[in-house]
Amino acid sequence: MTASVLAVDWGNYWQQSIFRVAGAAVFIILGAGTFVIAFLFKMMSYMQSRLGPMEAGPHGTLQLLAEVGKWLQKEDLVPDRADARLFKLAPYLVLASTFLVAVVMPFGPDAYFVNLDTGIYLALALASISVLGIIVAGWASANKFSLIGGLRAAGQLIAYELPMVLAVVGVVIQAGTLNLQGIVAAQHQGEIFGWDGIGNPFILTQLLGFVIFMIATQAELTQPPFDMPVAESEIVTGYMTEYSGMRFLLFFIGEFATAAVFSAIAATLFLGGWAVPFVDLDDNVMNVVGPIVLLVKMMLVGTLIFWARFTFPRFREDQLQSFAWKALIPLSLVNILATMVLKVAF
Amino acid sequence: MARPRFRVPLKGLFVGLKTTMGIFLQTMFPKRGIKTLLPAPTLGAVTVQYPHKSPPEVPAPRARGVIALKSENCTVCMLCARSCPDWCIYIEGHKTKAPPRRPGGKERTVSALDRFDIDYSLCMYCGICVEVCPFDALFWSPEFEYSETRLADLLHDEERLNEWMETVPEFEPYEAGSTAKVRKVPR
Repeated sequence: MTASVLAVDWGNYWQQSIFRVAGAAVFIILGAGTFVIAFLFKMMSYMQSRLGPMEAGPHGTLQLLAEVGKWLQKEDLVPDRADARLFKLAPYLVLASTFLVAVVMPFGPDAYFVNLDTGIYLALALASISVLGIIVAGWASANKFSLIGGLRAAGQLIAYELPMVLAVVGVVIQAGTLNLQGIVAAQHQGEIFGWDGIGNPFILTQLLGFVIFMIATQAELTQPPFDMPVAESEIVTGYMTEYSGMRFLLFFIGEFATAAVFSAIAATLFLGGWAVPFVDLDDNVMNVVGPIVLLVKMMLVGTLIFWARFTFPRFREDQLQSFAWKALIPLSLVNILATMVLKVAF
Repeated sequence: MARPRFRVPLKGLFVGLKTTMGIFLQTMFPKRGIKTLLPAPTLGAVTVQYPHKSPPEVPAPRARGVIALKSENCTVCMLCARSCPDWCIYIEGHKTKAPPRRPGGKERTVSALDRFDIDYSLCMYCGICVEVCPFDALFWSPEFEYSETRLADLLHDEERLNEWMETVPEFEPYEAGSTAKVRKVPR
């Protein structure tokens, strides 16, 4: 096997763990930073015929550093009646779930932190831990807006967890594996009616699954049109109301890092991941090109996510719930059924 | 009670997406011949980078930019200083004799203005002083570019307040049918 920097098959347990944490941190910070600058600062502004931040660095590219510097200087307030220990713990819980999902993402044939047989299962299981952090934040703040926001977030995240998992099941059935590397390989080696030129990105056969996955992602990120938990016109900023300084920053990074991670998952599941058509899967070049290809696909998916975010107004709470339970879940079940039948038929 | 059935407005969703992407592309790639292919958001956006470039339009003539003083009209009555909610007007004066209006008449006793300062670091631009002045000594000017790097420089003295008079626009006649009193004293 060719030597790769990323594949962790060296060192003892602690060396591997430290490497994985550092790698995931780089992925999280770079991903969240890119998404904030490219989409929140620039794309949103252009969609409103504005320019966005322009002063810090060329075209405001260093604005994020200025913002982070500002947040770090702010006082870390804990409300008097808050449950201080839980209040301080909550942002770390939210960020940790995103962090752990990043660990299972593959970037190339040998460029991965962990290669688990149940990769996508672990990713989705870990992603749902963030609900706990949000409920804890809402409860521990001793603030009625926070509590309402936390409960709304809990209801929403649990409701949209289901269609997301069910949409992924279709992909898993078609690929025949839960391993993310296996799913990438299945798409690369697949063929469209006998033509194996570009493989078979699952967005073609699982288009319904992709749409459901993207809608559920939007809801998991608690951003418009599913931003009921942080609806600023009703409940200030929901569960984040009492947070300031460093801890608010953690929530903020968490939100955009989750967007980046979910885009990476969607790119891996539906767009072929790090693989490029016509290039052999085991080619050593892919260890360098793979991460870049994945980043480009992430940006494509991110564009879709934020395009919808900056376009649509907010769902009402009951519409939001009935949309998940009455529309998305039945549709994803139909999708699974059709995938099963077609998998057996072909 | 039967709730109205919720329908997904599918067409509207796509119209919305088209609108935002359309504005995005307009901003990113403004139409300028062959160079349209180069992204140029600074040209396409409605925003003007104000301190670097001059604004595309001047403020309206009745905008509240800065307060100008016409010293000749001032009688040191102190109404403006007393009505100012921020106490940002400083007036000092003394009693003096003015020549008689008619030949052979008695000398008149008047107040002379020694000091008239407005502290714009305190002023909140409410305009009560302009409203309350019975002798039309204070005017609104739409000029707004007088920021300073030192806080103390925002205290405009009588001379500086008089200079603002040049920027005060001509009095505009009221709309037809207005019952407001027409100003008799031109500036």
